[in-house]
Amino acid sequence: MTPVEQLADVAPEPGVSKPDPILVVDDVSRAFGGLKAVDVDHLEVQRGVITALIGPNGAGKTTFFNLLTGFDQPDSGTAVFDGEIASGKSSHELARKGMVRTFQLTKALTKLSVVENMKLGATHQRGEHFFAALVSPLWNAQERDIESRADALLERFKLDHMRDEYAGTMSGGQRKLLEMARSLMADPTLVMLDEPMAGVNPALTQSLLEHVKSLRHEGITVMFVEHDMDVVRDISDWVVVMAEGQIIAEGPPDTIGSNQQVIDAYLGSHHDSALDLDAGLLDEEKP
Amino acid sequence: MLLFVSSVLLIWGPGLAVAQEGGESVGTRLRFENVDGDRIPIEGGRVTVATLDGEAVAEGLSDAEGNVEIPVPGPGTYVLTLDVETLPEGVVLRDPDRLSTETQVLEGQTGRTIFALIAGDVTLDTDEGVSFRQILQLSVEGLKLGLFLGMGAIGLSLIFGTTGLVNFSHSEMIVWGMLVAYFFNFYGFAGFLGFMANWPAPFGAGVNLAFAALFAIAGGAGLGYAMDRWIFLPLRERGVSLISQMVVTIGLSLILRYVFLFIFGGSPRFFADFTAQSAITIGIVDITPKDLITAALSIIILLGVGLLLLRTKLGKAMRAVADNRDLAESSGIDVQRVIRSVWVLGGSLAGLGGVFIGLSEQVSWNIGFRMLLLIFAAVVLGGLGTAFGALVGALVVGIGIQVSTLFIPTELKNVGALALLILVLVFRPQGILGRAERIG
Amino acid sequence: MSLAAIDWGFILTQSVTQAFDFNAVVYALAAIGLNIHFGYAGLLNFGQVGFVAMGAYGMGLSITLWQLNPFLAVVVGMIFAAIFALILGLPTLRLRSDYLAIVTIAAAEIVRLIARSTVMRPITRGAEGLNEFIGPFRDLSPFSPGQIYGIGPIEWRGSQFFAVVVGWILVALSLLLVAQLMRSPWGRVVKAIREDEDAARALGKNAYWYKLQALILGGVIGGLGGMVQALGNATVQPDFFVAPLTFFFWLVLILGGVGRVWAPVFGAVVYWFMITFIQNTGRQLVDEGLIPTSIMDTSQIDQIRFWIVGAALALLMVFRPQGFFGSREEMALDAR
Repeated sequence: MTPVEQLADVAPEPGVSKPDPILVVDDVSRAFGGLKAVDVDHLEVQRGVITALIGPNGAGKTTFFNLLTGFDQPDSGTAVFDGEIASGKSSHELARKGMVRTFQLTKALTKLSVVENMKLGATHQRGEHFFAALVSPLWNAQERDIESRADALLERFKLDHMRDEYAGTMSGGQRKLLEMARSLMADPTLVMLDEPMAGVNPALTQSLLEHVKSLRHEGITVMFVEHDMDVVRDISDWVVVMAEGQIIAEGPPDTIGSNQQVIDAYLGSHHDSALDLDAGLLDEEKP
Repeated sequence: MLLFVSSVLLIWGPGLAVAQEGGESVGTRLRFENVDGDRIPIEGGRVTVATLDGEAVAEGLSDAEGNVEIPVPGPGTYVLTLDVETLPEGVVLRDPDRLSTETQVLEGQTGRTIFALIAGDVTLDTDEGVSFRQILQLSVEGLKLGLFLGMGAIGLSLIFGTTGLVNFSHSEMIVWGMLVAYFFNFYGFAGFLGFMANWPAPFGAGVNLAFAALFAIAGGAGLGYAMDRWIFLPLRERGVSLISQMVVTIGLSLILRYVFLFIFGGSPRFFADFTAQSAITIGIVDITPKDLITAALSIIILLGVGLLLLRTKLGKAMRAVADNRDLAESSGIDVQRVIRSVWVLGGSLAGLGGVFIGLSEQVSWNIGFRMLLLIFAAVVLGGLGTAFGALVGALVVGIGIQVSTLFIPTELKNVGALALLILVLVFRPQGILGRAERIG
Repeated sequence: MSLAAIDWGFILTQSVTQAFDFNAVVYALAAIGLNIHFGYAGLLNFGQVGFVAMGAYGMGLSITLWQLNPFLAVVVGMIFAAIFALILGLPTLRLRSDYLAIVTIAAAEIVRLIARSTVMRPITRGAEGLNEFIGPFRDLSPFSPGQIYGIGPIEWRGSQFFAVVVGWILVALSLLLVAQLMRSPWGRVVKAIREDEDAARALGKNAYWYKLQALILGGVIGGLGGMVQALGNATVQPDFFVAPLTFFFWLVLILGGVGRVWAPVFGAVVYWFMITFIQNTGRQLVDEGLIPTSIMDTSQIDQIRFWIVGAALALLMVFRPQGFFGSREEMALDAR
């Protein structure tokens, strides 16, 4: 049974347990100046599938993402990633263990070339140690290895024509692609994408979606934050809905839109129309 | 506890000085440094020059800057001897045996040498230990220093809060205020518009320091306005990064500091009024009337600033911008106008602070750097960007510095404050009053 | 009283000599350190002079206090600078960059104040400074102290020529080191951190640790500068290490172009040539009466240096941050 098929038997309710979770979150909370931004009782993320995290503005999605990826530390609670306690670990430790994230505001390193950006993504590089860096023979072979992997990925993401350009010359969509490709250099088991479609022109959206789906084929687990319901419906296997810092609903994408609590949550913040999930491209939830 | 005032002659700058006339000479600079780190030149100190054989060659007196330069007939080794009789009272050679020093003169160059001096031994009460009276006395002096620092720290903190810029030239605004007050105290407008010489004060002559202080406030406000209007606003509009702007404030502080030196000269001076006052005793604490009044004025002014920030629309706007600039902007606050006001407020507070510091210590061109470091200690302690935190931090630093002299040598009192700065960053980087922000 | 009386030959000789003198080496080394800090790792070090002082004192004290041999003394100087970097870096490198700026400028002044304090006099010799350390180094020098060495009119006494030669060798080694590091994966990580720390962390790089390494490395190279200063001047005096010196180093770095391997050397040579030229010309103009002493006397000529440095620092930072060599294109990519 594939990981996706396993999900079929899972009940669509918040905090439900899954057959093969890669990430398990318990009682994680984070407050800013008395305001509780995140307060999640329990969440499991199924291995090998694409999980979407949606919710109205200010729901705490990005904060939750930051907590999971070690960019912020929770006030309380634990997260277990791949059988190891993840909370309290710093972001780079988690990344080395295979949890690699991207950012809503793309972080392509504009003053490095595209291929250097890619090479940066590889972990366990010998030449990254200070003294080893001084002796080229220690890392030359590995460097060539990394470079060929980078070239292969660039080709797959159709960025090979920009290989030696500064990343700063790329368009917004190309940067998103680069960031995704770069995260694959780290051999991740879980990729966390923070609004991968934000600011990408429609022509590139489809290709981006295909790349996300291809990750699942390779057995990489994907979790992403998104506002666009169409995107969510198209590519995700499971949807988690957050509102006011809490998980209010979970379920397969085709049923989640009819969940009354979800509708209420969105109505609560957008009075104009039900489920206008597009509305939230402005990121106001960053405290 | 012995309070040493070590005094030294310094060779400024590396390498050998090049003689001015192309001929050979010997030279030295007579100055001593007081506990606050101000180098005070000695004028009229006599130095005699002799050959190694003891044959007298020449002699010279130090000028107002403490410089002595005496031409010698040619290259060779000469013996310089300091005439201790010509030194100011209380200043003596640290090692009485080193009355004379040798110096080698190379062709076309000036041979320089050093005389090390002690400006007398000032003895504090050693046998009674630390008394409550001492602590109280030092706390009051520290409170005074803290209040003056606070006037600078609030401005620095507000500018940081609203623009994100750490202004390394902030302390030069303090010195600026001090010098403006000095200028009006002695010369009035006639100082730069000569034709007014016969007009009444403040046009033709100096005014009482109390009025000169008003000019200092105006001068500080003007400098703050000018710096924002013609330097930092254009930089913000050009999109120059904060780090680059910070380097610009460094450059600005160097220019200002040495323009002050150029105009004012190197020797510390005193205001014309309220200088020599004897202390009065209140309870068990001794305090001079001028310190009492300036401290009281600082409290009133700082309370006023507090009210301004808490109650007025402008003050609320300042805090709003400091708190969350984007949010403030989107709620209709004219951010650039608020930033301008913050610069003007910061400049005028710094200017007045300068007058108070000049009155309490002395008027000097290079007091700024020490003040800057203490203000940094204060704002980091209080939490960068919070006005009230800066004030609390300044008081803690001021009192801490003075009381610490009971336990550590006076010459290291500022070191204590700076070490505290580093300790705060280790244990509570958001400062005493700062909110825990998300870092790292 | 005329321009003809000005000795241009003398001025030029002086300027060229200074441009390659050990002072230029001191500035170059300090700026190479700053380049690692600011140019590559993006660290705001406003107290480089403190690292320079630590190097000089570490070396000097090793001999005056502990009677070590000169080579060990150099190592101890480097360790001093490294420890200083640890003390400053450990608490601040997790915080925003302005904290490091504030702490470094304060700490550099702490070093100077402590070194010149009476309490430390038994160790540091207070304001007079150390000078007995020079003997063992003089013994190492292949040049005889009294003799004149040089090319044409540019000449040094043997005692200083040793510092000049040792200094430029150290500069060359430091440049090789920087060039090698910056083409290695280590350099790639450091440059990535400069641009976006979060991006580097998301890719598994321990940004804090790399920044600490960069701070130590740049500080140690600055410390070497302090040692060259000690050799050249045959003394280590606390009041050499005043705060403005750091900003002379900054100007040297910016002159050459931040983030370029060669920049500090170029900047140091240009800086010393220009300053010496301007000051000597100014002095002669005053002596010839072409600048009335009512406007400026010779002691004030020396202050011009600070005006020039201040103005150049501010203007270059705004209008030509890429320095003489840098390309506009690269700066345009800078997401300012």
